[in-house]
Amino acid sequence: MGSIKLASLIRLYSLKMVSTAGASHIGSALSIADIVAILYSEVLRVDPDQPQLPERDRFILSKGHACVAVYAALAGRGFFPVSGLENYGQDHSNLMNHISHKVPGVEFSSGALGHGLPLGVGKALASKRLKANWRTFVLLSDGEMDEGSNWEALMFAAHHKLDNLVAIIDYNKLQSLTTVAQTLGLEPLTAKLQAFGWAVIEVDGHDHEQLCQALSSVPWEPDKPSMLVAHTLKGKGVSFMENKVEWHYRSPSAEQLAQALAELEISHA
Amino acid sequence: MRNAFIEELVSLADKNDRIALVVGDLGYSVIEPFAERFPDRFINSGVAEQNMMGLAAGMASEGYQVFVYSIANFPTFRCAEQIRNDVDYHQLSVTVVSVGGGLAYGNLGYSHHAVQDYGLMRLMPNMLIASPGDPMEVRACMRYLTSNPQPSYLRLGKAGEPSFHEEVPKIEPGKWLKIKGDRNISRTLLTTGATLALAHKWLSEPKFSGYALHSLPLWGMAAKPLQAKQVEPQELVMTVEDHLADGGFGSWLRESLENTPQFMSRVSVRALNARVCGMVGKQSVLNEVGGLVV
Repeated sequence: MGSIKLASLIRLYSLKMVSTAGASHIGSALSIADIVAILYSEVLRVDPDQPQLPERDRFILSKGHACVAVYAALAGRGFFPVSGLENYGQDHSNLMNHISHKVPGVEFSSGALGHGLPLGVGKALASKRLKANWRTFVLLSDGEMDEGSNWEALMFAAHHKLDNLVAIIDYNKLQSLTTVAQTLGLEPLTAKLQAFGWAVIEVDGHDHEQLCQALSSVPWEPDKPSMLVAHTLKGKGVSFMENKVEWHYRSPSAEQLAQALAELEISHA
Repeated sequence: MRNAFIEELVSLADKNDRIALVVGDLGYSVIEPFAERFPDRFINSGVAEQNMMGLAAGMASEGYQVFVYSIANFPTFRCAEQIRNDVDYHQLSVTVVSVGGGLAYGNLGYSHHAVQDYGLMRLMPNMLIASPGDPMEVRACMRYLTSNPQPSYLRLGKAGEPSFHEEVPKIEPGKWLKIKGDRNISRTLLTTGATLALAHKWLSEPKFSGYALHSLPLWGMAAKPLQAKQVEPQELVMTVEDHLADGGFGSWLRESLENTPQFMSRVSVRALNARVCGMVGKQSVLNEVGGLVV
């Protein structure tokens, strides 16, 4: 399946899941839909029939609240039937509202921010020490970069030359209450990350060509971990959700869901 | 204890190439034998405990059995959420090792007093607590943990503790280990961790004549159901620990008797009083101030 088609499915399934379950965080899921689509269609060496294949690439969603995007991608790629998505957020479901390792294809449960990168650092280090070829990808949020644990992990990864580690920051510039700039400003983000010893590339996080080109050519510099700063729009693809803090929390009503799905159909017609 | 720990770790790592040691920039003059022999499996994470515990979980998720070594509260409270979410919830083979349990670093101040660690670690549903009473029990714990990799917490004293076993004892989670006493004795001191030496000393006091002595080096939430049967034949069980009474070992034993309330009054708890918090001094002095006296 091509990345455009997969991104479209991710948005469709994510909206339906969140609306049915009355869940939050749809803005965050739409923000990463294109990144996740590129990863699962063009970049990650994974096999839906063998989710535990030792040679697979490892993907960790550190911003676990945006899990519907990954559940949708995994179902779209055939890790489990699409009908399984109907269990999302239901009682006793494995598809809980923060990403769960009990779902086929998911490596690690998150939900508390600042855990994914240190965990990924450990995996990347293990891969190096075991002389394996698989790589580790970690998707982070911008607000999550407030967590000190991430900066500990950034230092460690550069010091140990973990060029098999790729991190992506979903830089939509909104966090929980207001903008990133008004909360704890990250700028100059790229310069900071470079100063921490990472190779850094900035892309439009909704441009599939740019995403694919960058993520398919890692590592960008020898002996350096790679950080993709992906400029994104929270709620991307649904006009009334775009760049709105409230869609970190609200769940679309049946009417809003219909309107959102209609917009997606028009944009992909 | 720390010397027994590193000797045993080196010996076990000789036979198992997936045993790794991660340290939080601590362990000077302790960890060198491992670091020199297995440079590929030794990582100094720097003074960064959250990343230390997260990366240990990451390595464990790829097949390593990771020992994470630091002192006092640094490998527990400082990275408690990484232990809870990453290690315990994912049931990974990470052993958190803390040296200086209790008031072993008494003169170094409250930051270095590990007197609430049982309380934190025993809240984790998959966590096995290993608190050996002497160097032999350290070896026994290490052998058990490497044969049964799981989320675990190894609480060590410091160095120079006396040994109470002639050989490495066989131990199992939740099972009391008899140190001293005849079969027909129905009063016992039950200790965990380095207070074994203290309790052993108490046995020679008139007040405790007629008491047996047991150590319980492996325990935790999952071992609670095994306790009532061991309390049952006893007329009195006095627990001894260098941890606050709140959330400690004695508290754990009493909780384990929830379904056999008739045994509850047989358990008497000797633990540290909170008045010791914030005081400094030698371990023996602080233990006395905290109430660990005959």
